[in-house]
Amino acid sequence: MDFTTLQIVWFCLIAVLWTGYLVLEGFDYGVAMLIPILGKTEKEKRVIINTIGPVWDGNEVWLLTAGGAMFAAFPAWYATLFSGLYLPLFFVLVGLIVRGVAFEYRSKHPEMSAKRTFDAMASIGSFVVSLIFGVAFANFMIGLPVAARPPATAEATTTLFMLSPAPYLLQLFSPFAILGGIVLVVLFLFHGAIYLVLKTRGIVQERAKRFAAVIGLVAIVGGAVFLLWQNLAIHPTGWLGWVLLVVAAAGLVAAWWFVGRGERPGVAFLGTTVTTLCVAVGVFLTMWPNLGFANAPGAEHVLNAATAASQDSTLTIMLVAAIIFVPIVVAYTAWTYWVFRRPISVDNIPDEDHHEAAHAG
Amino acid sequence: MTPETLARWQFGITTVYHYFFVPITIALSMLVAILQTIWNRTGKIEYLRLTKFFGKLFLINFAMGVVTGIVQEFQFGMNWSEYSRFVGDIFGAPLALEALLAFFLESVFLGLWIFGWDRLPKKLHLMCIWLAAIGTMLSAIFILAANSWMQNPIGAVFNPATDRAELADFMAVLTNPVTLVTFPHVIFAAYMVAGGFVMGVSGWHLAKLHTAQQNGELSVRQTEDLGAHRFATKFGAWVLLIAGAGIVVTGDIQGKIMTEVQPMKMAAAEALYESEGGDGKCANFSVLTIGTLDGSEEVWSWKVPCVLSFLATGTWDGKVEGINNLRDEFAAGRIQNPDNPLQVDARPRLDAIGVTNWVPNIPVTYWTFRLMMGLGFAGMGIAVLTLFLLRKGRLPKQAWWWTGLMIAAPLAPLFANSFGWIFTEMGRQPFLVNGVLTTASGVSPGVSAFEMGTTMVLFTLIYGALAVVEVRLLLKYIKLGLPDVVEPEVITDDDAPLSFAY
Repeated sequence: MDFTTLQIVWFCLIAVLWTGYLVLEGFDYGVAMLIPILGKTEKEKRVIINTIGPVWDGNEVWLLTAGGAMFAAFPAWYATLFSGLYLPLFFVLVGLIVRGVAFEYRSKHPEMSAKRTFDAMASIGSFVVSLIFGVAFANFMIGLPVAARPPATAEATTTLFMLSPAPYLLQLFSPFAILGGIVLVVLFLFHGAIYLVLKTRGIVQERAKRFAAVIGLVAIVGGAVFLLWQNLAIHPTGWLGWVLLVVAAAGLVAAWWFVGRGERPGVAFLGTTVTTLCVAVGVFLTMWPNLGFANAPGAEHVLNAATAASQDSTLTIMLVAAIIFVPIVVAYTAWTYWVFRRPISVDNIPDEDHHEAAHAG
Repeated sequence: MTPETLARWQFGITTVYHYFFVPITIALSMLVAILQTIWNRTGKIEYLRLTKFFGKLFLINFAMGVVTGIVQEFQFGMNWSEYSRFVGDIFGAPLALEALLAFFLESVFLGLWIFGWDRLPKKLHLMCIWLAAIGTMLSAIFILAANSWMQNPIGAVFNPATDRAELADFMAVLTNPVTLVTFPHVIFAAYMVAGGFVMGVSGWHLAKLHTAQQNGELSVRQTEDLGAHRFATKFGAWVLLIAGAGIVVTGDIQGKIMTEVQPMKMAAAEALYESEGGDGKCANFSVLTIGTLDGSEEVWSWKVPCVLSFLATGTWDGKVEGINNLRDEFAAGRIQNPDNPLQVDARPRLDAIGVTNWVPNIPVTYWTFRLMMGLGFAGMGIAVLTLFLLRKGRLPKQAWWWTGLMIAAPLAPLFANSFGWIFTEMGRQPFLVNGVLTTASGVSPGVSAFEMGTTMVLFTLIYGALAVVEVRLLLKYIKLGLPDVVEPEVITDDDAPLSFAY
């Protein structure tokens, strides 16, 4: 495969990994944000948490793999982006840390005050991560301005790029980017609520249904404004952008209908999944070939897929590994969802674990 | 403080902290898999109790390992952007493969194992913990291949056009001699910790139950537990001891490879200022050396004749180069490994920067090297003593010294792990990639000292708070002892309570 094709393939693979992350962890962020909103009693909260209990950790690995793939396939992209978005990524890490320990720790603390703290950690952590990634993706569509460091030698044709001006922090919060953050949070809330309708029974399912009916409308309006704004002003991507907009909107409308009156939560879940997919494709479409960066006009050195990519042998070796292992990962992940396919209700939640263990020692 | 200093401290704090959870994750997952296999084979309920007991302790630990591990992957780009750009061709690949091959395997199958007791048939459920345990080992292979490449950067060339290191021979990177010996060393080190953990936890219960038995206060169920803990204590002790033997063998090979590919690190480990040995003489091993404060001269020392020659070269009179000789020769243009094209080609780049200090921090390398070995041997000593005290049906009694030993059993090897890593990373200084890229030139140029300092403080505070929660939880579940269990059955009734739920 020639070098340019390899770059395109790897760009697409990274887009696939990010899409997998957004679709899968999207609903478990939504579910975690909904713990205090939809769970009134302790057992109801545990129903909500247990719908994602077996799968959330595997979902998070999509993010780690996406990050690792960026590092391996486009080192300069990874280097510039991660150092440039230093503080936002720090808060993403904190969000992932507090939500990651919350599920495990909450089940092992009997005191209600501790449980409330861990619930807050799960919800706020998920919210912060969703919000920051929404803002970040909107900024990739706008294009993050970069400047080259002077090359180390006269021979060198590439060099390290940095966001300019550094620190590039307040500039991230343009109206379009803030809308992007809000829309992603709303989309995940909708996606998560539909997942709960699909995976629970009884009172929690009823509440999730009612919540989905409301948040679905917000998602439709917010998503439409965001994509129209992008296609008209921020970063038009031609007819393909409009097709994606229409399909994304149709996915949301279908989801809203089928989770409510249509009584087909499975189809509704497919709807939000299609929308997330279209949004991800739309974002990555604007990121080729400059990877979400904006080079200074007339700059001698530019940051793009060609200058950021690893050499072809690295890309080829990694591609072989990806072709073999991505389908295997998808297969056993799908099997997990099959094993835990059954919806749960408060009747399925056993009494707390530590009571059971208490008379053993 | 400069951004470089802050970035190094941040990496040190977050990585040493992360590594408190790694050995238990790698090795205890496998020990739990073994316990569950014994239960599957024998059908004896006490092995199921042990599986669930240590399984729960393992999961409390695993949660922290996962969340602190994410920081590691992001940190290269955040704090070390020039390093990431410079080595991404070679260093990025193992990281991506680690996520794809190892992290998915361990996360997905651990989820199945935790929640699958009443969803999966017995054998399939057992397979899940085995696959998760194998996943943790795969993860170690990839990350150690990446780290070993930083110690001995082979299979790569310097490309002046792209101004970075590029892959020349992928097989050479995978079969790096440093990787091949570091992998078993790190795995054995993990088993020492997990063995010590199982031995310490069960040994503590054993003494408590035995004392209660002597006072005639033991129920039937507790008598069963006593037997189970006796088994687990000896099991853990043997694991620690066998892993310890593996550590000694692999550590010895590592020393010889280190002498070859990182002579300065070997000299720094020994605080050997002037070359010794060769020409019929031998180099002595320093048990204790005190140097001047600037680390350039020796003031007083206690040495064992000829042992250093043997450790470093495998012969009793091999020559071991000293810090001062190496420093002068490196400064004069010597390449560490003239056969390494990357080190040869990167030399003009180093000269352009002007490396002034070729020597790592000697007190740190010297003392961490000794603490690593000392604590490792202490762990093995505790295992031997425990096996001796438990010989032929004997049982320990509750006593302050016994509790102390059982607490030290996991902690001594755990801190030996920490010191080993601090040694191997500090001994590589002033380089990120040995002989190729200095630590100072790898730091993110666009990140301010304020950003690095603030996040370092916040990470430390968050990690500190989590450590309190984590230790309290571990102690609580250790004290609760073996749980009541029922034979798991696959549930078909939609309304039946799950046997495990968060």
